[in-house]
Amino acid sequence: MRPAAPEATREAPAAAGVLRSLEPLVAELRARGYTVVGPVERDGVIRMREIASAAELPAGRGDAQDAGRYRLTDRGDELVFGYAAGPDSAKRYTHPPRETLFRMRDGVPEEPAREAPRIALLGVRACDLAALAVQDRVFLGGRHPDPAYRARREALLLVAVDCAVPGGTCFCASMGTGPRAAAGYDLALTELAGPHRFVVRAGGERGAEILAALRPAPATEADLAAADQVARRAAERMGRRVNLDGVRERIAAARTSPRWAEIASRCLTCANCTMVCPTCFCTTVEDGTGLGDGTATRVERWDSCFTLGFTELGGAPVRGSGAARYRQWLSHKFSTWVDQFGCYGCVGCGRCVTWCPPGIDITEELERLP
Amino acid sequence: MTTPALDARPVTPADGRHPMTPVPYRVRSRRPDRADTVTLTLEPVAGAAPPFLPGQFTMIYAPGVGEIPVSISGRARSGGYVQTVRAVGAVSRALCRMPVGSVVGVRGPYGTAWRPADAAGLDVVVAAGGLGLAPLRPVIRELAAHGARYGRISLIVGARTPSTVLYPRELARWRDENGIDVQITVDHPDRAWKGPVGLVTRLIDRIVFEPRRTYAFVCGPEVMMAAVAAELVRRHVPPERIALSLERNMKCGIGRCGHCQLGPLFTCLDGPVLGYDRVAALLEVREL
Repeated sequence: MRPAAPEATREAPAAAGVLRSLEPLVAELRARGYTVVGPVERDGVIRMREIASAAELPAGRGDAQDAGRYRLTDRGDELVFGYAAGPDSAKRYTHPPRETLFRMRDGVPEEPAREAPRIALLGVRACDLAALAVQDRVFLGGRHPDPAYRARREALLLVAVDCAVPGGTCFCASMGTGPRAAAGYDLALTELAGPHRFVVRAGGERGAEILAALRPAPATEADLAAADQVARRAAERMGRRVNLDGVRERIAAARTSPRWAEIASRCLTCANCTMVCPTCFCTTVEDGTGLGDGTATRVERWDSCFTLGFTELGGAPVRGSGAARYRQWLSHKFSTWVDQFGCYGCVGCGRCVTWCPPGIDITEELERLP
Repeated sequence: MTTPALDARPVTPADGRHPMTPVPYRVRSRRPDRADTVTLTLEPVAGAAPPFLPGQFTMIYAPGVGEIPVSISGRARSGGYVQTVRAVGAVSRALCRMPVGSVVGVRGPYGTAWRPADAAGLDVVVAAGGLGLAPLRPVIRELAAHGARYGRISLIVGARTPSTVLYPRELARWRDENGIDVQITVDHPDRAWKGPVGLVTRLIDRIVFEPRRTYAFVCGPEVMMAAVAAELVRRHVPPERIALSLERNMKCGIGRCGHCQLGPLFTCLDGPVLGYDRVAALLEVREL
């Protein structure tokens, strides 16, 4: 069985324009009341942070990513998106690391005011668009939809960029999620060199309105052909690949394989992979009381299936061994997620490979499973 | 009691309310049972408690302490939920100490239900280990109330000690007034105990049922359920006619926190009540 890719959330009309600079776009978004969050260089890493100007984008920077390794490089060109996904995904803007659920006073729970911030994410990759579609299934697709997630998701404006330079740990082409932004964006950019310019296309009305306000030059046949080439070449340069044929069944059949213990001998159960994963959604709750004011507060925060307390039952963990915890994580991503949500829980962004301290490579482990 | 249908599984209405926000319920009565268990009657501060099916659970929130899943053992005459809590952790201890009149939070009912209608015309074996009798109580009451719909009805119960046997007066009533064959075993007898000692599986020899025409409801610690189910299957009870109620760490009850996964299943959404045919292979895998 080959599960369907997460469904497109918006249709992409064809009209495209060309921008010489992203400054007018950043200004337009800010004028419309959006906080613009884009890639910037921080402490030797490309992070997603608020920007006031396109000049803050990491022009000329590239990256070298491998299992357990991330280094910035100098590209010697003017590209502002000449690197692959950094550790931040769109997840923290739709499914925040900490969220107050309610405050209970005199026996009455009060939900916090639900003001979804107007955030425009600039430079979202195709893998992360796919991850948002996966998250939509988790938080909105079931019997208990989350109105806070919905509000944040609907307020979030997505300016995607087609990946030109995939990283050493990327495998979105194998997962069918990239490198071209196919759906689920408001605007999508393709960055071209010689001369430096951006082909911009809109997805949906909100994006089309912004694009029209920018009055871009119309894209020529040559621009569109060059833009097509970018994604095509990127797909050929994926650092990693996975074979999805029968993967769901293969993993389910390997539950008692000795491979899990071998992987666990390297795994630190540090939970880094789950924190950087754009689809990992698991949470726990924290409870507190106000000092003498009779209030009680519940906070939901990210949790990880790699922690010992995750499966605690009657004083002991169900998954006590690292082998069982790694098996849970990998099996969920490529096997049981399909049973639960009808799609894979992996979008091929490669973050779990890059940010794993001992460099455990999920693509390699999948290949080695019996 | 109506036939529980699987498509009757709970849904949070899309009315803008967050599915993690509880409804205030008042502790209407509090009855210390045996040793470390307390049976609470909980009623909504405003309005009526929603309908529930036997086997379903709610998430009960002790303000400022935490929230745990607790099965519903019945509906009180006043309309509230009867729920039995054993003090084993911080939250359950706080709930056991809740005085009458205090307010807790309740979400649910959630989860799948026992399906007594599937047992109609068949011999019935109900097997409970420890606190496992609490989620089984509504199904036993249904069996007791409509005995003619079923064949022979047996209830086998295991407890740590004679004093931790749950609902002793109801057990006597089910035996004496409803014609249910009630057998009880304990791990650690006291001097007054004259009944069997040892695992609940040993009671299977003492009850009468025709395996190929039997339906079983089983709830207790996982090792106990697996042992009872395996023994019933060995005697040719069909696996799909053995219903278990599984327990896992749960922070949400609605398939959101991820903690309760058992292979492809969310114990909170796909369970807690599941057919042995669906879970036997999963339960065999250590630490799944």
